[in-house]
Amino acid sequence: MFEVLLGGVLLGGMYGLVALGLNLQYGVSRILNLSYGEFLIGGAFIAFFTVMGRWQLNPLLSLFLSVPIAFAMNWLIYRWLMLPLVRRAPDQDALDADVVLVTFGLFFVIQGLALVNWSGELRGYSFLAQGVDVLGARIALNRLVAFLGACVLALALFLILRHTRLGSALRAMTIDPVAAELMGVDVRKFSAMAFAAGGALAAVAGMLVSTFISFSATSGGDYTLKALLVAIMAGVGRVTGTLAAGLLLGVVEQLGGHLIDPGLTLAINFGLFTLILLLRPTGLFTRA
Amino acid sequence: MLEWAFRYRWLCGVSSLGAIALALLPFATSTYVVQLFISICANVALATAWAFFSGTTRYISLATAAFFGVGIYTLAIVHVHLPLPLALLAAAFAGFLVALVVGLSTLRLRGVYFVVFTFGLTELIHQLINWWAVKNRAVTRYIFTDISHIEVYIYETLLVIALLTVAASWYVSRTRLGYALRAIGEDETVARHTGIDTTSVKVFCFAASAAVMALVGAVTTLQQPYIDASIAFNNAWSFEVLIAALLGGPGRPWGPAVGAILLVLLKDQLAGSLYFGIALGLCFVVIVYLLPGGLAPLIERCHQGFDATAMLRVLRGAKLPDGSPWPRRLKLGLKAVIARLNAFWRL
Repeated sequence: MFEVLLGGVLLGGMYGLVALGLNLQYGVSRILNLSYGEFLIGGAFIAFFTVMGRWQLNPLLSLFLSVPIAFAMNWLIYRWLMLPLVRRAPDQDALDADVVLVTFGLFFVIQGLALVNWSGELRGYSFLAQGVDVLGARIALNRLVAFLGACVLALALFLILRHTRLGSALRAMTIDPVAAELMGVDVRKFSAMAFAAGGALAAVAGMLVSTFISFSATSGGDYTLKALLVAIMAGVGRVTGTLAAGLLLGVVEQLGGHLIDPGLTLAINFGLFTLILLLRPTGLFTRA
Repeated sequence: MLEWAFRYRWLCGVSSLGAIALALLPFATSTYVVQLFISICANVALATAWAFFSGTTRYISLATAAFFGVGIYTLAIVHVHLPLPLALLAAAFAGFLVALVVGLSTLRLRGVYFVVFTFGLTELIHQLINWWAVKNRAVTRYIFTDISHIEVYIYETLLVIALLTVAASWYVSRTRLGYALRAIGEDETVARHTGIDTTSVKVFCFAASAAVMALVGAVTTLQQPYIDASIAFNNAWSFEVLIAALLGGPGRPWGPAVGAILLVLLKDQLAGSLYFGIALGLCFVVIVYLLPGGLAPLIERCHQGFDATAMLRVLRGAKLPDGSPWPRRLKLGLKAVIARLNAFWRL
């Protein structure tokens, strides 16, 4: 039972990790990025080529390449594709409709290009694939590293948002972009920055996830979906809430699979999500 | 009525001739063409039904695959007990009922929440049915029909469904119900304050469009030897229908049909190719930046001033006078697109 719970916590940490960047993008920049998972898979691919390439380096080193690339690409996407839509939209609903369509189109285009270049085969590599004992239960070290990575990232993001001037500006934009602009926050600049930072977080998450889950050019959509479920369950722009919602989802999924039927894990996932959306449409961790 | 028929005599004549020609099509062409037209009719019906609710009220639904799959499963279960027409009706009714329940519980969600919810719901139904099928050791279900030339039967049925759906959508758009739907799309609070019972309107129309989707699912599936949950609840349906409707223009009753025909032809050309995904994605981007209302307003702009009598005269060999409406309007339409491109890139 303890092992099941621990498995759920590790899985949940991964869900939280995957959702962090998306929630930053949607929370601060108000852009629901459905091509998010593609950048995650991009990070995974770069890690894969770092490990399996000529020099066989440590996958952690791939971050020096993937993070700047993801940051720059997302900044450009915001600047050139999203900003015209933001300017054109009369309200948030109209913006959401446009953004969902464009980022979904981007998702198809990036995935198509990835398929053409790298084919759809599953890839994976072995990194820290050994067991460690945690309070008597045996777990894989790479999963533990990914979990710790999720905690560190969430904590760092939380501290930045809570205790810096930049963080106050970002939080103000989450609450009310118009009022934030009136208070002297350069909303456009910070939106682009937050959007780009979200993309960079996706690349980091992709690297960490790729150490223990094999992936292919088409698995980006699954990660986008998972991230979306967790982010909406947590509530828009809630950083620590994202991790908590991820943990909740992971634990419930593992417990349900263990106690009821392993064939039901996906159904439990979506059931929990639809239930929460019906009861608290604004998310679990938002203040009313 | 007569006066109306006289006023639209060209429209009535051409469309009834077209309908007869379409109905006779399978007796004059190959199986490949019939299959293509089955696909077109199914997509036209789905896209029109989708736009009937989601296009007007702007509740973007990704639950098309859910209703489609419910129709398929209902048919697969009841068609061994009931005669075929009754089984098809049962499928449509099942879609209607599921949508009624879903609609009553979820239509208070708006915007992105509604989109994501409908998507999650489709997956939930898919997974539950999959689990139930595995439990009962019936992962695949077989479809038995004793109709010879089943593709002709399917084609004629789908043709009737598609034409009726477009006609119904066009008719409703001119009634009080149509205005109510559009009012909800413009501003729901205002719509409620003007005395529209928004909940009933939304739930009823959502369920009606779901019934059409379930019916189309049931009819198209008659061709399959067997089905399983991942065939029935394939998400691709939700997305393709959405793109077809938005490409054609959900603001006009005939817009989604145009988009559906184009998309089916595109898919037929790129069948099985990796580039279909890329083309689909680019379609999305083009729709949002260049054609916010879909192709329909563009076609209308080209069409204004189109004179059928003059067209006939030209066909008989008369020379086209300079600056005649049709090519000029086309040029104006292209100009509008270029102007929009310019406006977009001049940040």
